[in-house]
Amino acid sequence: MLLETHSLTANYGQFRALFGVDIAVAAGECVAIIGANGAGKSTLMRSITGVIRNEPGMVLHRSQPIGALSSADVMKRGVAMVPEGRRLFPSLTVEENLLIGGQARKAPGPWNLASVYDLFPILRERRNSSGVALSGGQQQMVAIGRALMSNPELLLCDEISLGLAPVVIRDIYAVLPKVRYAGAAIVVVEQDIGKALAVADRIYCMMEGRVTLVAKASEVTREEIHAAYFGEAA
Amino acid sequence: MIWLDTLVQGILLGGLYALFAAGLSLVFGIMRLVNLAHGDLIVFAAYLVLVGVTRLGLSPWVAALLAAPLMFALGWLLQSLVLNRVLGKDILPPLLVTFGLSVALQNGLLEAFSADSRRIPAGALERASLDLGLVTIGVMPLLTFASAILAILALNGLFYHTALGRAFRATSDDAVTAGLMGIEPKRVFATATGIAMVVVTLAALYLGMRANFDPSIGPARLIYAFEAVIIGGLGSLWGTLAGGVIIGVAQTFGAALNPEWQILAGHIGFLSVMLLRPRGLFPRAVD
Repeated sequence: MLLETHSLTANYGQFRALFGVDIAVAAGECVAIIGANGAGKSTLMRSITGVIRNEPGMVLHRSQPIGALSSADVMKRGVAMVPEGRRLFPSLTVEENLLIGGQARKAPGPWNLASVYDLFPILRERRNSSGVALSGGQQQMVAIGRALMSNPELLLCDEISLGLAPVVIRDIYAVLPKVRYAGAAIVVVEQDIGKALAVADRIYCMMEGRVTLVAKASEVTREEIHAAYFGEAA
Repeated sequence: MIWLDTLVQGILLGGLYALFAAGLSLVFGIMRLVNLAHGDLIVFAAYLVLVGVTRLGLSPWVAALLAAPLMFALGWLLQSLVLNRVLGKDILPPLLVTFGLSVALQNGLLEAFSADSRRIPAGALERASLDLGLVTIGVMPLLTFASAILAILALNGLFYHTALGRAFRATSDDAVTAGLMGIEPKRVFATATGIAMVVVTLAALYLGMRANFDPSIGPARLIYAFEAVIIGGLGSLWGTLAGGVIIGVAQTFGAALNPEWQILAGHIGFLSVMLLRPRGLFPRAVD
């Protein structure tokens, strides 16, 4: 497995946000993690990427324990993150935001400045703008491009459709198959169930810090998701 | 013409204050750390250069060149071993730690070098001057000012045209997200403090060659540095130079009116800018 979590727990002070979460992502796979607000999806991403540190064995990358590593060390192993809210660096231009994504990990692969600009041509035109001067959709493109610049094995996308217009979301989601085709596995965290089912091979549904459903996207029914998402029968 | 001469001397004096302040500005800009020991670190570096000159018989320039990497290492270790542990949302712990460091440095220097005033001997350069007709410019103040400009150009080049500078700015914006980009904020902070200590060495060289110093003068240099940084708008290096020049000019004009007014006039200049532009002359857009 490319990435696994084992009985992953996470706390914010006294408050426990994750209660023994097990997920697994194979190389080249696309997995969606769905759930309502506060289900623990973003906490799961923060735990995987080392923003929240855990017991070493709770997160494994290619069977190696990475749960206690810093987020910089996790990233250098090939796990790149598109954080919730995009989190562009306001002091950096669009191009600098992209470059910084690839400066700590020099891995061979399809992604570089030119190929990211080919993926999002509008960014080439805006390359010298401040990242925060762009529209929300363009900012999301920068955030995705920035993560791709390190040629990750695994791309984690946290709520990439949040706050964007439907037509923009469609464009953003249209690049994920290309990213996957270029070799990366993808985890998308989504509240939009339709979007998640459209791109993912498998889905995990979370509620109140626990995984309540694991299923193949092609086989799962609306009723099963509804029950797992809201904790009640449809 | 006395006023023109006063103005020029004030501008050149501003170069020294900008050198005092540039390291402080760099560290504050990147990690929002106010280093209360900054002035004492300048004095410490001045003694380091002095030792190179008096004990090893080096020229001040060579002594400073040797002191610079030592000061970089000191800054790196200070940040890694001490300051990184206290950086956080609360600004009080780093203030207390650097205040303690300031006291410790002053007493350590007092123990090692006594309270006697010292000066770094610079030979003929101390009295060399250029007669430009209307004004006469000392070579040492001119070198100080030129060094301040070069230091700021170099720091800005580093900031805006290198991968390290990108990491500095990104970490300053958002350390957590910088971590997700593979950047270790603590290592970035240590490097920044190391670089600030190299600038401190340059400031110390000119401080020591231009005037007498003793272990207790650090805090007063810190005040000038603070005022220059705040006038400039926190974290802007060219603003810091402007701040240094404003204080320098205010001081020389004050001194021209009455020699006792020099220091007071500098502080009044600072307060006047604060009245008109509370956020400084060139405030950062994002804070």
